[in-house]
Amino acid sequence: MLEVSDLQVRYSGIQALRGVSLNVGAGEVVALIGPNGAGKSTLVNAVSGLVKPAAGRILMEGRDLAAMDPWAVSKSGVIQVPEGRQVFPQLNVLENLQLGETALQGRPPAGGLEDVYDLFPVLKERSAQLAGSLSGGQQQMLAIGRALMGAPRFLLLDEPSLGLAPVVIAQVFAALRKLKSRGMTILLIEQNVRLALDLADRAYILDQGKIVLSGTSQELAADASVVAHYLGVMSE
Amino acid sequence: MLLQQLLNGIVVGGVYALFAVGFNLVFGVQRLLNLAHGAVFMTGAFVAYYTVVNGGPLILGFLLAILASGALSMLIEIVCFRRLRKSGDAEFGAIISSMGASLVIMTIWQWISKTQVLRFPFDTMPVVIYRFWGLRVSLLQLVMMGCAILIVLVMGYFIYRTPFGRRVRAVTDNERASMLMGINPNRIYNLTYFISGALAGAAGVLVGLAFNNINFTMGEPYLLYGFVIIILGGLGSIPGALLASLIFGMLQTLTIAYLPSGLTTAFIFSVLFVILLVMPNGLMGREGAGSLGRRR
Ligand SMILES: Nc1ncnc2c1ncn2[C@@H]1O[C@H](COP(=O)(O)OP(=O)(O)OP(=O)(O)O)[C@@H](O)[C@H]1O
Ligand SMILES: [Mg+2]
Repeated sequence: MLEVSDLQVRYSGIQALRGVSLNVGAGEVVALIGPNGAGKSTLVNAVSGLVKPAAGRILMEGRDLAAMDPWAVSKSGVIQVPEGRQVFPQLNVLENLQLGETALQGRPPAGGLEDVYDLFPVLKERSAQLAGSLSGGQQQMLAIGRALMGAPRFLLLDEPSLGLAPVVIAQVFAALRKLKSRGMTILLIEQNVRLALDLADRAYILDQGKIVLSGTSQELAADASVVAHYLGVMSE
Repeated sequence: MLLQQLLNGIVVGGVYALFAVGFNLVFGVQRLLNLAHGAVFMTGAFVAYYTVVNGGPLILGFLLAILASGALSMLIEIVCFRRLRKSGDAEFGAIISSMGASLVIMTIWQWISKTQVLRFPFDTMPVVIYRFWGLRVSLLQLVMMGCAILIVLVMGYFIYRTPFGRRVRAVTDNERASMLMGINPNRIYNLTYFISGALAGAAGVLVGLAFNNINFTMGEPYLLYGFVIIILGGLGSIPGALLASLIFGMLQTLTIAYLPSGLTTAFIFSVLFVILLVMPNGLMGREGAGSLGRRR
């Protein structure tokens, strides 16, 4: 479904991605794991059209996403839940969710509001509250819910566990597991190896802008020492 | 007569609101000061004037003024701000480029008007005075108040109750995230600048009628008032700009009526100074709303 080949991204001065190739098939959940500064966010931002690659291609069902504007990418159904949630703090919960519908543009909605409230009941309780006043975990749920309102065909999740308490992480990942069971295609960025391998079918390990290891989750989980080597203190 | 002065103050404040609400709207969305806003305001007055002296009815002049000012404001954003914003640090660059745009627009009107002070023909706006409860209100004052109230209500509805307004607020909150949700911010900018310019153009026509004095420097004091008002009301806050406009209009009217003329400006600014000492973010501003740092 998504095919990234030999992707290179440079920021003024530094090269963040040095020829990354990966692919995600329809209905697959693929994890991208790596330490701080590895280039994980850079990769999803390149897919979303926020940063333009210096070389390489990003094909989604044959269409080149690198040539598209970020809003066109999300309207095509490739929707990112960004690192640090990035909800709209001055809009209330309901308005944040309604805003997610902007990405639909002609495509039929998936489950809509009902479905999101089903997945995250707390959002229904707080629907009139300003998003900026939610806790970190609630904001993460809102960010995911907002993306779901756009009926994603491909969901990019950038570190959904970042800064959350273990109980809350469990809630968020339970919801992701539900999405997976419905056949949602997901690229999951994580630093928490165990969480990522638990959920994903396959995983890639990114270090200093290069893929250093890849395989099925079972293979990588069995090879914990190798994973630990690349991730240093990040693995548990 | 205090009540009469208060009434006059509200009328003046309403016109300031038309000017300042748009000024603050685009500041809120882009964190950029459009120093050509005064020139846009003036353009409204000139367009209405030339429509009327060429035989058009005033209402047509008013409509053309709103359209022309809106379009001009949109053009200013595209020419002066859009490329700068791509480069990242636009705050200071935008001050220079919009100042440049302001000078160009002023020069064009100076040239067209041959540096003269222009006046609407007699009876463009019929002089009708209404009296009630011992107060005097002219038709023009009623129109000014009516326009201000109408436009502010429509704006409020637009921004807080429609899907388009929701998108404007989303882009204001977080441009990057709004793009990820499928919003093209450029469209939002086009429309907000158009609205901002149209409001300023309406104010220009009303001020041109009220003082019957249209000239190529008429926007300058309003730009200064606009600054004062958005800082007093809170940077980026629409309700704040509204409230501050009314306070500023009343202060001005009252001090002119009751204080020796040399003291008026000093008094007004002392009051504003005290308000800002107590409320450093303005009446309805958020902390850090005016910071130059990039927001995420
Ligand atoms: N806008 C930018 N300008 C310049 N350099 C950047 C920019 N964004 C990221 N970088 C650099 O590119 C490299 C990769 O950053 P990236 O954010 O993609 O890493 P990451 O794997 O997502 O890290 P983290 O786990 O901390 O989120 C880092 O060295 C970072 O400092
Ligand atoms: Mg990151």
